[in-house]
Amino acid sequence: MQVEVDVPKCVASGQCVLIAPDVFDQRDEDGLVVLLDEHPPAELNDAVRESATVCPAAAIRLVGS
Amino acid sequence: MTAAPRRVVIVGASAAGLAAAETLRRLGHTGTITLIGDEASAPYDRPPLSKEILSGAWTPDRLPLRAASDLDGLDLDTRYGRAAIGLDPGARTVQLSDGSEAAYDALIVSTGVRPRHLPGTPAHVLRTLDDALALKDRLGPGRSLIVVGAGFLGAEAAAVAAGLGTKVTLLEPAPVPLAHAVGQVVGSVLSQAHLDHGVDLRTGTAVAEIVPTGVRLTDGSVLTAETVLVAIGCRPNIEWLTGSGLSLDDGLVCDEYCAAAPAVYGAGDVSRWHNPLFHTSMRIEHRTNATEQGIAAARNLLGGGRPFAPVPYFWSDQYDMKIRAHGHLRGHDEVRIVEGDLRERTFLAAYRTGNRLTGVLAVGMPPKTVRPWQRAIAARTRWQDVIPASAPTTTGTTP
Repeated sequence: MQVEVDVPKCVASGQCVLIAPDVFDQRDEDGLVVLLDEHPPAELNDAVRESATVCPAAAIRLVGS
Repeated sequence: MTAAPRRVVIVGASAAGLAAAETLRRLGHTGTITLIGDEASAPYDRPPLSKEILSGAWTPDRLPLRAASDLDGLDLDTRYGRAAIGLDPGARTVQLSDGSEAAYDALIVSTGVRPRHLPGTPAHVLRTLDDALALKDRLGPGRSLIVVGAGFLGAEAAAVAAGLGTKVTLLEPAPVPLAHAVGQVVGSVLSQAHLDHGVDLRTGTAVAEIVPTGVRLTDGSVLTAETVLVAIGCRPNIEWLTGSGLSLDDGLVCDEYCAAAPAVYGAGDVSRWHNPLFHTSMRIEHRTNATEQGIAAARNLLGGGRPFAPVPYFWSDQYDMKIRAHGHLRGHDEVRIVEGDLRERTFLAAYRTGNRLTGVLAVGMPPKTVRPWQRAIAARTRWQDVIPASAPTTTGTTP
């Protein structure tokens, strides 16, 4: 699975960080998303999918399975 | 229910309905998912309507919540442009406005809300993309706008309109905008930003009706503007459930599992559910709640059995202010400013209800500063355990 983030869409809610802290972080100054792992291991697939669903700005996209 | 439902129908094709559909697939539902929506388009995002779309910073092609190929991957039976008009829970069918029916084994109701109107001449409202584009055409230098209602939506629209050079008058019946939601002091500080940006904010000013030249106030006088936006809140879309036997009370009444009846779940703005974290029934029109509750309803529909006990969250962008709030602020007993400075509009306010920390509202604070507070609210932390007795500012009622 490949993860893409659309930073200009991000609203800094931080929900992805709560669900998948190994994949997402937030910038200190404004809270915008930082992608830590573009190709997370398979055991994180479900958490990353939930992060993409929960994102209130639809700023996370998954490519491939 | 013992057997997994084969046919799931989701009524309402916006954020909550989409989150439910995605979650059903993620958790392994292989049966059909029928997604019904009264708007003609695929699910799109609404918060940018009063921000980036209204200002022109974004074009509408940025609004779809998912790429078409991602939606295709969910294998949905989509029925857009059709409203649900009736429900027969005995026969387990939904009646649609085009005369067709959708049969279900399990149902998710996510029909959302619609704007309240005022009597008189039709005025602008702001809920759909069409609404936003119609209003945007009326803004700019030399134009005039009256916004009725200084809640979060009205405040955002006023800020954008003023930023585009529009002459804006913002009318609010309460003495302090947003006071019922965030308290008098925080409401005053937030509304001061309107005055600083040239918006003519008039509090204690109630509108009786819309007239062709503007609005008529309850004192009989008329304020004129070329365009009027009514932003006085919303009503849940529950009329189609009348007579279905489901419990309706300013929303579809659901339990802590988001269940309204056997095999019927509610999610998003339309749902009034019991939030066990705050021991109270709530109906929340926040973007994040729509998604979280869509996920929770879908999980429980599949037998998840997990109470939905979120810390509500919302954000609002007004002028240069980034406002973020976590928790259940309504009905609070006390507000304290625990970080920052009210006068600089950079602060974190903590809210007490009973002996618990129940909410925080931050303006211009780094999100990482706010996150520990969100965790403390979720952990039902006692007020005295997080608020130092010497907190710099005390507002509201003191114990």
